Amino acid sequence: MNTYLCIVCGFVFDESTGRPEDGIPAGTLWSAVAEDWACPECGVAKSDFEMVVI
Amino acid sequence: MGAPLVIVGTGLAGWTLAREFRRLDPNTPIVLVSRDEGAFYSKPMLSNALAGGRSPASLVSTPAAAAAEAIQATVLAQREVVRIDTVARAVVLDDRVVPYRALVLALGADPIRLPLQGDASDRVFSVNDLVDYGRFHAALTTGARVTLLGAGLIGCEFANDLAIAGYHVDVVDLAPLPLGRLVPERAGRAMQVALSAAGVSFHLGASVRAIHCDGARLVVELVVAGSMQAGSMQAEPAEVRRLSTDLVLSAVGLRPRTALAAAAGLTVEGGIVVDSMLRTNALDVYALGDCAQVDGQVLPYVLPLMTGARALAKTLTGVPTAVVYPVMPVAVKTPALPLSVVPAPQGIDGEWSYLEPEGGLEGHFKDREGRLQGFVLGGAATARRAALVRAMGQVA
Repeated sequence: MNTYLCIVCGFVFDESTGRPEDGIPAGTLWSAVAEDWACPECGVAKSDFEMVVI
Repeated sequence: MGAPLVIVGTGLAGWTLAREFRRLDPNTPIVLVSRDEGAFYSKPMLSNALAGGRSPASLVSTPAAAAAEAIQATVLAQREVVRIDTVARAVVLDDRVVPYRALVLALGADPIRLPLQGDASDRVFSVNDLVDYGRFHAALTTGARVTLLGAGLIGCEFANDLAIAGYHVDVVDLAPLPLGRLVPERAGRAMQVALSAAGVSFHLGASVRAIHCDGARLVVELVVAGSMQAGSMQAEPAEVRRLSTDLVLSAVGLRPRTALAAAAGLTVEGGIVVDSMLRTNALDVYALGDCAQVDGQVLPYVLPLMTGARALAKTLTGVPTAVVYPVMPVAVKTPALPLSVVPAPQGIDGEWSYLEPEGGLEGHFKDREGRLQGFVLGGAATARRAALVRAMGQVA
């Protein structure tokens, strides 16, 4: 499981927890997140996220 | 080719507009003017970076050259704008004149500086951009004691970030509770409790009078307001309190940068005055982000700025588009008690009511007709954000 960071506001999407309140169950892979999903904090597009390197 | 779209400012507003514009128009040249290096970085992370051990350099998402190349833009870095000539349609820089087809002012805002006395009053840091952050970061020494001026959103975020990173934090504010302008009393009190538990010391109802040097350290002199005594018109004498500290960081608010616009004859009030299409009173000159007063409102937050940038990109590519703000909760990124807030709108009569969910806080602001007009969510309850945004959307 990976995490993805919104480069604009720092919001983190974690595949392992998903985003149930947006209809994205825990364990959803980033590639399976809808292309029109937007950052819940700042509204930028999915393409404005990058994978967090740990 | 003709004159380029010129954007003054390479903060979140300037870069976002440039990217959105390029998505719609692959050909028109874009010139961005910056007074710093012009790198793209996450500004909201400035007040959350210490806990994650992030160095200033690591906050740069994309260096200026790469960000410019990605959208075939030109960045004129380390430049000052001398003036704007709205008749000749050109921006006069310190080393050249740049004509524009359209000009977007994305100038940002300046931190407000409190008038202070004392021989160390000039040793106050503020962090409003990456350069500021670098200076502050370099001055922080292990175990330092930091006094924060201001318990608003940025003050609370910095306080929590510094506390997690192992610094001693004192927070001073004239208001009786943190986040006074953003959230209702109950949420402000919850924030105070949560940050206190995280090790932050609050000095509320207190104003800073002076900062003095004390060897290698500093002394911050506070005046804590006295309470009114019953039967007397005289307040109790105010108490003077002295905090020994290593660094003072001011986060008492922002003032839109308007001088350049005012000098060019643009209308300026609280910010650079623009209509819902972000147009100033000069032809083809627009303002966006923290410097702009859109339909009477200055909203120095991420979501309004992103919404504005997307609408303006359409307007600048031939589809006049008014900015229509969706419900835009403000996120307070304090790990001790994260909040998501839609403040009660001004001028609407209503009241707050509260739920006490497990491990969280949920408040609703309803008008006299019972319609949801604002909310505050804290802790685990922030997961209810999307549901409440939807509930508010149904009102509109």
